Amino acid sequence: MTYSNKVLDHYEHPRNVGSLDKNDPKVGTGIVGAPECGDVMKLQIKVNEQGVIEDAKFKTFGCGSAIASSSLATEWVKGKTVDEALAIRNTDIVNELSLPPVKIHCSVLAEDAIRAALSDWKAKQGAPQGAGTEKKA
Amino acid sequence: MTQREDRLIYLDNNATTPMDPRVLEAMLPYFREKFGNAASRSHKYGWDAEEAVERAREQVATLIGASAKEIVFTSGATESDNLAIKGTVEMLADKGKHVVTCTTEHKAVIDSCKYLESKGAAEVTFLDPDRFGRVSRAQVEAALRPETVLITLMAANNEIGTLHPIAEIGALAHEKGIWFHSDATQAIAKVPFDVEAMKVDMASLSSHKIYGPKGVGALYVRRRNPRVRLAPQMHGGGHERGMRSGTLNVPGIVGLGEAARIAKLDFEKDQAHYKRLRERLDASIRSRLDHVELNGSPEWRLPSTLNLSFAYVEGESLIMGVPRVAVSSGSACTSASLEPSYVLRALGVGDELAHSSIRFSIGRFTTDEDVDRAADEIVKTVTRLRAMSPLYEMVQEGVDLRNVKWGSSH
Repeated sequence: MTYSNKVLDHYEHPRNVGSLDKNDPKVGTGIVGAPECGDVMKLQIKVNEQGVIEDAKFKTFGCGSAIASSSLATEWVKGKTVDEALAIRNTDIVNELSLPPVKIHCSVLAEDAIRAALSDWKAKQGAPQGAGTEKKA
Repeated sequence: MTQREDRLIYLDNNATTPMDPRVLEAMLPYFREKFGNAASRSHKYGWDAEEAVERAREQVATLIGASAKEIVFTSGATESDNLAIKGTVEMLADKGKHVVTCTTEHKAVIDSCKYLESKGAAEVTFLDPDRFGRVSRAQVEAALRPETVLITLMAANNEIGTLHPIAEIGALAHEKGIWFHSDATQAIAKVPFDVEAMKVDMASLSSHKIYGPKGVGALYVRRRNPRVRLAPQMHGGGHERGMRSGTLNVPGIVGLGEAARIAKLDFEKDQAHYKRLRERLDASIRSRLDHVELNGSPEWRLPSTLNLSFAYVEGESLIMGVPRVAVSSGSACTSASLEPSYVLRALGVGDELAHSSIRFSIGRFTTDEDVDRAADEIVKTVTRLRAMSPLYEMVQEGVDLRNVKWGSSH
């Protein structure tokens, strides 16, 4: 397996590794995948009063492409509004990282992780706001 | 970074071995001035080639306790396995068509058996090994039927190094009058392997696993008690007692012979070297990392093989983090298939740990420094990846991962 330079860069210098306080009402946590499939991603976002994602962290168990996909996802969601973050598609990640066909599932998982984190944050806010945000990963 | 630190470390000797320089030296004349066809009977070129082939046959036979006439040269262990299994089933078709083997065999054995099944030529029992990867004599015995014609079991497993009780199963096969084939590719030159002591009727071996060239191997075929005759799978000029036609690969065969001679000569030295470095590697890694599991049998194992699962770290990402260490992974994404190792699965290793497995295999030319540096790199990378592993974090928090309800799989 050969990796693109971008995948290698994210693998060697992952952005935003770590954890946020999952009990903080401003924090949404998404955990997707399963250990027996070889991929588990945890992605967390912290949303401010204006509905802007001011921080994002991840931890990933998975191959280099899975690590890179989740690292990139945290980079992209930071500074975006909740609705903007929901517009991120796995195909954007595939293109940015030049993922080969066998690694497309890594990008799907990263998209799922973003949605799961947003959905968790939404649930904490008490009521659904805006279209599409209730969608579960 | 100095050039020394940049050097690659080869710890994948179960995949293939570098050629011993003595082997290359022995081969060279047979590419050049001694280029003759071993089947040419009318001139010195042919006689020289034939003489070299017969010397190699003797050398290979000596290594495994056989006589020279019982050695059939092939293109490698895959061909040897195919010839032994298909050749037996075809030859004994009137007697029966039941074959006993194991789920952790090499694909050359499994797929040959499945092919025969698909053609209706064989019925195959695939035995499940215990959690160490072993089958017992009793298990084999219970699977036998009156129409069983062949038992085929590897001497040592390529992924985990587990050794089957070959001598016990050989004794059983001889009591019952059933032919017994063993793929000895990984066992040869690493653990004692003697066709008489073990009562093996056919044995496959490969040159490039014992510091010889690629593209050549052998099948031992017993000539007495019982006399094994195989239906050829390659037809033509009737070479190799009619069992394997085709002009002999003289330089390759010379290389295999020399590799066998050296393996016999250096057997004890090599074995001690493998074991010492394997233990050094194992201790160096495990003294610094927790949650490391051994795959395979701690007791019945090749001295050179160490298969470890590094829990909460995925194997491919681990291999990616140690680009200067050549090892292989039982994880999904490394190989062409997306499934984790079928061998580890057969042992009942959970998919999660199978995804985290790395196989280290020591060779004749591995040094203490290689092992120390490999261990350092592995420890450093596992530590780094665990720091970004959500599973490791959950375990540190006291979560039992088996109780977590995981999402959909991809």
